[in-house]
Amino acid sequence: MLTALLVLGVFFGMMSVALHKNSSESTPQEKLKEQYAHKVKASVDHSLFPQLKKKFIKPQQVTAECISCHNGRAAEVMHSTHWSWERVEYIAGKGIRPLGKRTVLNNFCIGISGNEQSCNKCHIGYGYANAKFNFKDSLNVDCLACHDNSSTYIKAAGGAGMPDSSVNLSYVAQHVGKPQRTNCGTCHFFGGGGNNVKHGDLEKALFDPSRNVDVHMASDGSDMQCVDCHTAEKHQMLGKMYSVSSMNRNRVECERCHSAMPHTDDVLNKHTLKVACQTCHIPTYAKVNPTKLYWDWSTAGKLKNGQPYEETDSSGTDVYMSIKGSFVWGKQLKPDYVWFNGTATHYLVGDTLDPSTPLKLNELYGSYDDPDAKIYPVKIHRAKQIYDVKNNYLIQPKTISNKPGDGGYWKEFNWQRASEEGMKLVDLPYSGKFGFTETEMYWPVNHMVSPKDQTVKCMECHTRENGRLANLSGFYLPGRDYNPWVEWLGGGMLVLTFAGVLLHGGARIIIGRKRKDTH
Amino acid sequence: MKKEYVYQAFERFWHWTQAALIIFLGVTGFEIHGSIRFFGYDQAVRYHNTASISFLVLIVFAIFWHFTTGEWRQYLPTWKNLRAQAEYYIFGIFRNAPHPTKKSVLSKLNPLQKLVYAGLKVLVIPVMVLSGLLYMFYRYPQRYEVLSLNIDGLQAVALLHTIGAFLLVSFFIVHLYLITTGRTVTSNLKAMITGFEKLSNEPEERKIEIHKTEMSEVIQ
Repeated sequence: MLTALLVLGVFFGMMSVALHKNSSESTPQEKLKEQYAHKVKASVDHSLFPQLKKKFIKPQQVTAECISCHNGRAAEVMHSTHWSWERVEYIAGKGIRPLGKRTVLNNFCIGISGNEQSCNKCHIGYGYANAKFNFKDSLNVDCLACHDNSSTYIKAAGGAGMPDSSVNLSYVAQHVGKPQRTNCGTCHFFGGGGNNVKHGDLEKALFDPSRNVDVHMASDGSDMQCVDCHTAEKHQMLGKMYSVSSMNRNRVECERCHSAMPHTDDVLNKHTLKVACQTCHIPTYAKVNPTKLYWDWSTAGKLKNGQPYEETDSSGTDVYMSIKGSFVWGKQLKPDYVWFNGTATHYLVGDTLDPSTPLKLNELYGSYDDPDAKIYPVKIHRAKQIYDVKNNYLIQPKTISNKPGDGGYWKEFNWQRASEEGMKLVDLPYSGKFGFTETEMYWPVNHMVSPKDQTVKCMECHTRENGRLANLSGFYLPGRDYNPWVEWLGGGMLVLTFAGVLLHGGARIIIGRKRKDTH
Repeated sequence: MKKEYVYQAFERFWHWTQAALIIFLGVTGFEIHGSIRFFGYDQAVRYHNTASISFLVLIVFAIFWHFTTGEWRQYLPTWKNLRAQAEYYIFGIFRNAPHPTKKSVLSKLNPLQKLVYAGLKVLVIPVMVLSGLLYMFYRYPQRYEVLSLNIDGLQAVALLHTIGAFLLVSFFIVHLYLITTGRTVTSNLKAMITGFEKLSNEPEERKIEIHKTEMSEVIQ
């Protein structure tokens, strides 16, 4: 027995040595940290250029100075989706269609048509106030929004992309450089009308995050900037969101730096075939501030003393606004999980809908059987939004009001008028009858990667009850799945075997005693 | 009363190592299956994989031993005495009847044992090994990527592996119990530890005599 155990020990020893890889040199992880610890300093000091020291009246004058040296760059920007707000995409079943903020509807503020003055604050140009905006004029390119390194440049609310009157254009022009988190975050953290409303994983906490919030962007860690991953070639940024796109291209992938097999343990590496990095490495999103989970437009329009009002909950978050309706927010959320192959469909303006089921505005495609699909974490944003009851399509309402009587809901609180005016702008008939229907949007969660020790644990998915992947089907997940027949028959067999052994042994003992007594 | 050397050193080593591995594989395996919690899921997977490879190595040595020594013939199933052996376990054992099969170095197993062990060796263990290998290696990391055999997921593989596991646990329970059915309650256990077992037939013959008188009493 002792020798047996000894040899068994030797077996285990040999195996564990064979299964563990030698780790003497610096790991790929350490190399990456080194690489990104090295911060590039600008080679040129723009504050020394005399042409940037003058007083600028209009922001277009700054652009003129920028492109007088950086010639050709404005044309690159004008080829980007930051400028065009649409990209030509193939949508399965619908064909090749222009997709983007310019054309699609969402279930937050719904759409830009008629609302450009307000929404287009975040356009990368100056003065995109209506559909007649001149997309050909390079002087309308806003270089400063992305390249301001002074953190003093802001765009005016309701200004269709024009800078706020408080901005000292000359000062900003002298302090330009590579885009920082502040540049991107000013728009991308506040989409949908407030901090973290849309994404859930992109919010103001990322201006200065700790490692627990985001290992990459951590101010006390690698302090990476958005453009370290969202690299750009000729102003074409890598990465896009499936709220406004549908094709499997131009994605930022963790594997680009971390490889497809980043773990020392091959059991984990095998997961990468079917599980996206984000699934385990982003255990929760909206880690610091809440994100919007539900938006009910149907309750909008209540007034107090004829005036719109807002209600906040104990934490100061809006739960009702007369102009927008009621909201549900959530913080430190476990994501939902979907099979996703990188392609999505999209609800397009005028598509008919079935009001009896929630309408998926951007359904993500994929299944276990799809070799391109992996399990991804998503935020699902649900809403009740206005639709045309007779024509069965979503309504683009006019929400903001530029002048009295233009139908803007946020001034007039009249859905009928807002629908009439909004639908005119998207060239669709409005029947005159509106209702509210449930919609869903799927937002892949990609940011707020947690430190290694906080990753999702095996048991959170490989468990029979209430696992993170409880809702995903079409495949066998060890620890979660079992065949009830095998369980019942197998378990029953064990019980019977055990009972049989007990009976047999018991009978032997009893009969043995009797025999002793009789003999 | 002659002690004979029934189980050779390797045979005992193989038996006890296999026993330890199967128990360990059972505990870790049913943890992976979601039936119990003991080591924690990640450790259970790691231990199960390591133990399974140790088991494979052991199997290779055992096969080699069985064929070089010719011991594999011990497991050839036979009809002879099969019924008698079954009747012994159902009736005879309670009447203190003699073992119908004489145990010797050349024939260590009774017909029921031969049948069950042969079943384990040609059916259950191979199924467990093959389904286990598929389970572990249907996805296999290569230099830069993870490749996969086209087996449509784990469903069938995992079910087979689970069925095999239930059969092995069932076997384990009966096997433990049958240790006590030797010449004395502990004689089988001692034999598998020391290798030596008293195979003298004298007590058995005396038992036969007693049994005959008992039966004649019953008849009268």
